[in-house]
Amino acid sequence: MIPLVPVTREDRIDRNDLSGVREDLPRIYLAMLRARVLEDKLSSLYKAGKIVGGVYLGRGHEAVSGSLASYLHRGIDIFAPLIRDQAGRTAFGESLMDVTRTYLGSVEGPMKGRDGNIHRGRPQEGMPAMISHLGSSVALVAGMLMARRMQGRLEGVVGATSLGDGATSTGAFHEGLNTAAVEKLPMVVLVVNNQFAYSTGNDRQFACADLVDRARGYGVAGHKVQGNDLIAVAETMKKAVSAARDGGGPQLVVADLLRLCGHGEHDDASYVPAEMRASGLARDCMQVAEGQLIDAGVFSRSQLDEMRAQAVAEVQSAVAQTQQESAPHPHHDDWRTMYHGELEE
Amino acid sequence: MDFSYIDAIHAALNDSLRDDDRVFLYGQDIGKFGGAFKATKGLQDLYPGRVLDAPISEDAMAGVAMGAALEGMRPVLEMQFADFSTIALNQIVNHAATHFYRTGVPVPMTVRLPSGGTPGSGPFHSQSLEAIYASFPGLVVVTPATVADAYQMLVESIQLEDPVIFCEHKFLYRWLKSSTLQGDGLPIGKARITRAGKHATVVTYSAMVHEAVRAAEMLYDEGGWEIEVVDLRSIKPIDTDTVIASVARTGRLLAVGEAFPWGGVTAEIVSRVAADAFHLLDAPPARLNARDTPIPYHPKLWADHRPTPQTIAASLRNLLKY
Repeated sequence: MIPLVPVTREDRIDRNDLSGVREDLPRIYLAMLRARVLEDKLSSLYKAGKIVGGVYLGRGHEAVSGSLASYLHRGIDIFAPLIRDQAGRTAFGESLMDVTRTYLGSVEGPMKGRDGNIHRGRPQEGMPAMISHLGSSVALVAGMLMARRMQGRLEGVVGATSLGDGATSTGAFHEGLNTAAVEKLPMVVLVVNNQFAYSTGNDRQFACADLVDRARGYGVAGHKVQGNDLIAVAETMKKAVSAARDGGGPQLVVADLLRLCGHGEHDDASYVPAEMRASGLARDCMQVAEGQLIDAGVFSRSQLDEMRAQAVAEVQSAVAQTQQESAPHPHHDDWRTMYHGELEE
Repeated sequence: MDFSYIDAIHAALNDSLRDDDRVFLYGQDIGKFGGAFKATKGLQDLYPGRVLDAPISEDAMAGVAMGAALEGMRPVLEMQFADFSTIALNQIVNHAATHFYRTGVPVPMTVRLPSGGTPGSGPFHSQSLEAIYASFPGLVVVTPATVADAYQMLVESIQLEDPVIFCEHKFLYRWLKSSTLQGDGLPIGKARITRAGKHATVVTYSAMVHEAVRAAEMLYDEGGWEIEVVDLRSIKPIDTDTVIASVARTGRLLAVGEAFPWGGVTAEIVSRVAADAFHLLDAPPARLNARDTPIPYHPKLWADHRPTPQTIAASLRNLLKY
């Protein structure tokens, strides 16, 4: 049995003591910044008609997503992102070109135009390619970790996945988290409660007082954090990832924040009430982070400006290169659906 | 020594676990208990750590299998009954089946579905779901009808890089016996002429192969009719060539299946033959399936719900009269 770990609530961080995460903040912030700049560009490309399908942003999720993945190690750990995890993907080492190529449909990308937007990954490098069916990544990561246990290479490994408040209502989430708990896997399940599953608010999504209360029911450790507070988030993710890595079993992290965009760029989010937009939940984690970094003397304003300019240049360059690449062609695609082509009809 | 069909499944699992460290079994009650049908009896003791009991979470079981396959394992899932695999449909058809096409990375997992009707099993322990899975791209769907095929095709399925839906028939588990597990070595994707004939072709698969052979014997006894019986063995891919070659010999086609009548394997067979070999047909192609109702509990209702040697023979008589 995993001992019941009390739910921790990290909403009263002592701002004078950053010693636990101080050295981590620069790389977390850089991933957040690169993600925000990239997604601003993706939004522009969508509005200019350059991206077909949809564009789904993680605006407001950068601190939680980027922090979680910043405590993971590509090549060792597993990170299964969802729709709003650009910052986590970037922190885990996803190349900028994988993003632009998938969104713009370049044949050079990891999905070769066969799948698009956020449905991309590098499954052989520990980052599965999400499907749209919410909750399905939980059992997937559990299975990846179980394989490593059978192969004798689980030691020191963490598998993490990210979901939203809506995903917690699925059977897949329940089955997956219960299975991870039964198997006592080194797993972090991040639930970002961004208040809306597309347009549906928490009051029509779940009836428990707080999603983190479910941790006890599953027999897993629970962590609660204000999702737009970088320092609090970094502390929480560091603690959760370490606990998983050190044999503490699955860790359920619930982060509250407000999605600062629509479900996709086609959605104006008019269903978000004005009072919520004016609340603390609506604080942009980028601005909060920049204030914290300057206050703590980690970066100066001019350094932040310089970092942003560099991120913008990197994105411009990636988009420009991708736009020169070929789109997939129906006559050149082999249309193979199976490794064993001889078994295709 | 005789081997039953379930012995063949057990032997295939045992030999796969023995020969390949990547293979592991995952399913409900399959550990110490040995599974609802004893397909895994004793295997947990022989291969500790590679025969794992799962919670009653079919969706998570399939997700776990897929994740393990991506990490280099060869998971073999046991769904306690094919019927319960509907809970896992998302992980199987949306996640695993699309994966190679989307990413170029294959998902070598095998999902065993104890399928088909047995007397008294009712609506939720009797269904034949092969056509549902076959309708999604990216899956191999196999339906062995013989003891040797059950053994050989399961070993072969586990070694394939692609996800396989292995439909094993519960009605055959105990009564179908063979003196050997060694078959004729036909690979997945090739149909077999189970009984040669010249007056009509019955194309079928799984337990219905045996019912079709009985019907063929009845017609031979009553009028010397020689009915050819084709065992599809795998329904995805379907060996259309063998089917059409048989129809070329006989000129008459009856497709028989135990599944529900709307769409499905028999419809696929008839449509392929009608489209590709219309000129070979001397009579309209016919289909015979289960009734379009849930599968009834009472043995008397059940026996009339699915095709029987009598109803297959009746369909053949109509076909031969045309």
